[in-house]
This record gives sequence, C-alpha cells and structure tokens, in this order.
Amino acid sequence: MDELLPPLLNGTALGALLLLAALGLTLTFGQMGVINMAHGEFIMAGAFVAYVTQQVIPSSDLSIPLALPLAFVVAGFLGLLLEVTIIQWMYRRPLDTLLATVGVALILQQAALQIFPAQGVPVEKPSWLDGQIDVLGYEWPLRQVFTIVLAAACVAALAAWLKYSSFGRRIRATVQNRDLAETSGVATRSVDRITFFVGSGLAGVAGVAASLIGGTNSQMGVQYIIPAFLVVVAGGIGQIAGTVIAALAVGIAMTFFAYWTSGSLAQVLAFVLVVIFLQIRPQGLFTVRTRGLA
Amino acid sequence: MLNTSRRRVKTLLATGAIAATAALVLSGCGSRADDATAAAAGSSCIDTSGDTIKLGFLNSLTGGMAISEKTVSNVLHMAADEINADGGILGKQIEYIQEDGATDWPTFAEKTEKLLTQDCVAAIFGGWTSSSRKAVKPVVEELNGLFFYPVQYEGLEASPNIYYTGATTNQQIIPAMDFLAAEGVKTLFLAGSDYVFPRTANAIIKLYAAELGIEIVGEEYVPLDKDDWTTQVAKIAAAKPDFVFNTINGSSNVGFIKAYYDAGLTPETTPIISVSIAEEEAPAMGHEVTGNYASWNYFQSLDTPDNPKFIEDWKAYPGSSGVTSDPMEAAYISLYLYKALVEKAGSFEVDAVNAAAAEGGITFDAPEGTVTLNGDNHHISKPGHIGRINADNQFDIVWESDGFIEPDPFLDGYDWFPADVRDALVASAG
Repeated sequence: MDELLPPLLNGTALGALLLLAALGLTLTFGQMGVINMAHGEFIMAGAFVAYVTQQVIPSSDLSIPLALPLAFVVAGFLGLLLEVTIIQWMYRRPLDTLLATVGVALILQQAALQIFPAQGVPVEKPSWLDGQIDVLGYEWPLRQVFTIVLAAACVAALAAWLKYSSFGRRIRATVQNRDLAETSGVATRSVDRITFFVGSGLAGVAGVAASLIGGTNSQMGVQYIIPAFLVVVAGGIGQIAGTVIAALAVGIAMTFFAYWTSGSLAQVLAFVLVVIFLQIRPQGLFTVRTRGLA
Repeated sequence: MLNTSRRRVKTLLATGAIAATAALVLSGCGSRADDATAAAAGSSCIDTSGDTIKLGFLNSLTGGMAISEKTVSNVLHMAADEINADGGILGKQIEYIQEDGATDWPTFAEKTEKLLTQDCVAAIFGGWTSSSRKAVKPVVEELNGLFFYPVQYEGLEASPNIYYTGATTNQQIIPAMDFLAAEGVKTLFLAGSDYVFPRTANAIIKLYAAELGIEIVGEEYVPLDKDDWTTQVAKIAAAKPDFVFNTINGSSNVGFIKAYYDAGLTPETTPIISVSIAEEEAPAMGHEVTGNYASWNYFQSLDTPDNPKFIEDWKAYPGSSGVTSDPMEAAYISLYLYKALVEKAGSFEVDAVNAAAAEGGITFDAPEGTVTLNGDNHHISKPGHIGRINADNQFDIVWESDGFIEPDPFLDGYDWFPADVRDALVASAG
C-alpha cells in the first residue's frame, strides 16, 4: 500500500488539474468544434487574475476564493472577444481557427510578458491549504485535495447546467441539429457566444488552480494545451463523463510512470498509451450517438 | 521518368551551387578590413573607418526564455550607454544591433551569421541556454567571430571564438559541494530539469560526492517546460536526504518549490541548494523559498567597492527589474571585458583581440570583485559565494570560497575527475 497510495493520490490530483484544463474544451472543441489553441493562455489569464486579486486583497484566505469567479468572468470575456472578432468567421474551417488561435496565443503571451514582471509573479495559497492530511500513513498535501474538490465542483456544475437548465437544452439542441433548433426559435448565434464564454471561463478557473501549483508567467499556458486536447479526444469529443475518466486515467498513469521511471519518460509513456488507445478506439471512450450529453 | 527526375535534381543542385557561390562572391561584405587577406579567408568585414563600432546583442526577447534573457539584454544596453558616455571603445561610440533569438536555437545560429556577415559587427554578446550557445559556436568558429556568453554553464568547453563570463562548474557546483561538506551533509538528493546542464552537473556532483563521502540517495529529472513536481517531491520526502541539490531551471523551479512546501518539507528539515534561483527568480516563489540556499559568484548583497554603484545605476535604468543578479552582472562584465581586450590589442580585429587575451593580464573591477581573464580557456576568475534567501528575497552570504577561483572548465586540476569520464561528457555534449 505504501508504494501505491502516494502515486494514486498524486495522480488523482494531477488528473483533476488536467480535467480543469480540459473541461472548457469539451464545450468549445467538443460542442462547437473550434480548435482553440489560445485556451492555454486563458488558463494563464486566470492565474494572473489570481495574482491581481491578491494584490488588491492581500489576504490569500479571501483572495483565492474571490479570484475563482473573477477569473471565470475575465477568461470568459477574453473567449467572447475571440469568438466575436475571429472565430465566428471560421466555424466551417477548423484548420483556419487552429492557425488563427495559435497567433492569438502568441499575442496573449507577449502581452503578459509586457504587462507583468518577466520572471513571473507569486501567487500565495490560502493558509487553510497549508499542511497535509494523513491518509493511511501518507501525508497528502491539502492543496491537492483542493484541486480535486474544485474540479469535482466544476464538473457537477457544468453537467447540471447542460442537463437541467433551459440554456443547456438550447446548447444541446444547437449541437445536435442547428437548422432545426433555429426554426424552433433558438437564437443559435447567442448560444454559440454563451457556450464560448462558459468554455473559456472554465479555463480561467483552471488558471487559479494552476497558479497554486506552478509558476504564474507568460509561458505557463503552453504546458496545458496539448494534454488538455488529448484528454478531450480520448474521452470522446463532447462527452463530459469521458473527459473525466480520460483526465483521471492520464493523470494517474503519468504519475505511476513517473514514480517507477522518470519524469521525462512518464510523459512519453502516457502519451504513447493514449495514442495506442485511440488507434483501437478512434471515437474515444464515449460517443455522441450512443449517449446524450453529460 | 526516373531518369528525367534525376536529371532535374542534378540541374537543381548545379543551380543551387552556382547561386551559393555567386552569393558568397557578392556578399564579401565590401571587405573593409585593413587586411585584404583576412577578408579572403572568409572572416572580417568590421568597419572601423567611422566614429562608431558595431556590436551585436543576441537575446531571446520573445518565447519561453524571454523571461530571463530580457534582463541580460537590458543590462547590455546599460553597459553600452555607460561606455559611450565615458568615451567609447578606442574612441569609438558603440552602435549596438539588438537581435531576437526568439528562444529558438536555429534562429540563434541564423542571427549570428547575419550579425557577422551582413551587419559586420565586431563582437556578439548574449545567449542564455547551453543550446543557444552550442548553436552559435559553430557559426562564430567558422566565420571567425567573437561571442561573449554571460551565464553559468556545465563547462567542458573552451572555444577560441567564445568568451565565458559566467561560472564554469568549478566556480559554482564545486563550491556548493564544498559548502555542503562543511555543513556536515551525509546524504544528498539531486533534482534537475532534463537537459544538458543538469545532467552534466549531476555527473560531476556524483563523482565529487563520492570523493567527499556524501551519499546520493536519489536523482530525479522533469522536462524543462513542466511545472508539476509532486511525484518527485514525494520521492524526496520518502528518501529523507540531509540536503537537496537543485539544478532545475526556469519556471519549473516555482512548481518544485510549491510542491516541496506543500509536502511539508522545510529548510529546517531538508534545505535546498540551487544554482538557478537568484534575486530575479526568488520573488515569483513567494515566502515558500525563504531559508533555502543558492550558489553564485555574485549576489546583490555582496559588499564590494564597485557593487553599490552598479545596483544604483541598474535601479535607475529604464526597463530595470529593480534587482541585480549573477547572470546580468556577468553580462555587464562581458562588455567591459571586451573593451579592455580591444584597448589592449589596439584593434577590433578578432585575431588581435584573441592575441591580447593570450598575453594575459586582462582584468576588470567588477561588482563581484576584480576578475581576471584566463587567456588559455577564455573564462574568468570568480569568487564562490553561498547565499541564504531571506524574507526580502535577497541573499544573506553564509559561505565564501578561499579567494577567487581560477576557471578550470575541463576540471583538469581535480584528480577525482577521470579523463575517460571527461572525454565521454565532452563527446555527449557535442
């Protein structure tokens, strides 16, 4: 148990972080088919919101909980701006959105480099996340528990919103049959915008979590974008349940590999595993046709 | 069919060769050098006819390394402004050409070639990662240019066309190990980013640890662009070493320090000694890094005659980060060292500058103290210092070497470093 428990718990926390990074993509990529390479920079924006909030309210006990909704709104508006200015002209050209958003990502990185100190900024975690809890003899850092709780809350909120709210119904209707939805009186353009707002906003929330784990700087978003897309594809595009399982599986597998081998090899092995899985099951864990959304 | 396509390839190759030759002949850079044969030998087109002398600054201003290299670029500008205000080099004002290496190693090579052949600069200053230096090296060697490299690195190199003003291993890694031995450390854990510097440094650390009777209880690497160190920190917590030797570079250090603090490891129980955390990097890690150690030659807190003015000038300089640190001080040295070399040589010509270096006796009163250039290996003497990070993210000096340490990039003077290991490391470093 001693050998298995730490990597299992650490892996779950890493999976939760991947899940937070990928959750927004299940909407913007999964539901809307937009390949948004600037998603990582929305995560960065969320992390910088955490920093700025902390500058205004120095107590990290208060500033971090407050930063979560703020980061959601700021990243959401960045997403909305991107949708209105660029993406809405490219809905039928996914490769063009890929190229355009890579450019947007670079612009956002350079903007962060100009605005904030080049070396990055400190984000202090709340004092109630100091310390560890004892799980069968392993001192599990509380911060990891926080990441898992935050991811679970976001998944639950998103799933409930899609399933039970009237807006969730409109999103699902638009995705399943845009023309029919439109003739039934659904304003599909505003559905697109709100979906993009929420998807990007979730990246902002992920950014706050990321700011407590690693550095907050202009380059931080880059490390999340590829794993996030990988998780969404492996989970089955547009499937929240699939994304949850895929994120946890990748996180736990990567951590076990890192535990047994080395940090560099772990990444390679985890990605190889996903590629093999997609060879066997190209549609991912779940598919749209067999199950409803969420 | 096959025949025609082959012929086409041949024609293409021939055209390419002709074009290349033509370009070579045409470029020739106007061969303004005094000695026409030097130009024919494929080198100098340095223009010394006017009141100015062109120098190239090559730093990553965009991309991942901009985080670190922007400061080096700024301090080079400051040094150039200072020298110009003081009358320039051999009476000529420095006219610098700033190029962006863009965190891309082929770009470093391209820009070096551009600076040497099109701009005809007398010398190039910059680079940070070993990969950028290794991209520049073959170009300056082939074109017989000069490159001044300002960052501590893994040693095992001495190019006749490169001057190294940062520490080599026997001026940073070995002093750190001496400090650990003096502290009575018995067990050590090695944590590093996965690239040439940490790998080479750790190879040297392991050999020296055996000599000092320190046991290495673990060794972990994480890719440079990954912040998550949770799993590796769990291994450190399980291994319970006396000290951790940290060769992590860049933003990944923030993730390491956070995971370390999260796991309940503290400087009281398991201190860390780093070779990449300086005054610039520490603030991004908040209070969680306080109490840990770093090994450098220069610290802002050093009490030397020339340090206060350097700090004051830098704080007042536009674009300043407000703190001074080892790599930027080494970059500051590099420009003044070049000035001293040129003035001794009485010429901007590369061969004359190198000859002046070989004669020896080039010194500069640097903020870290008076450094002396070693004419054989093109490195400089440096004092070794260990600092402890305090609550203001400055360093309290807790240990210093016995005087200045002569540079020994190939560790020839250390008998615990076997020649076959050296050859293998030199070969693998390329």
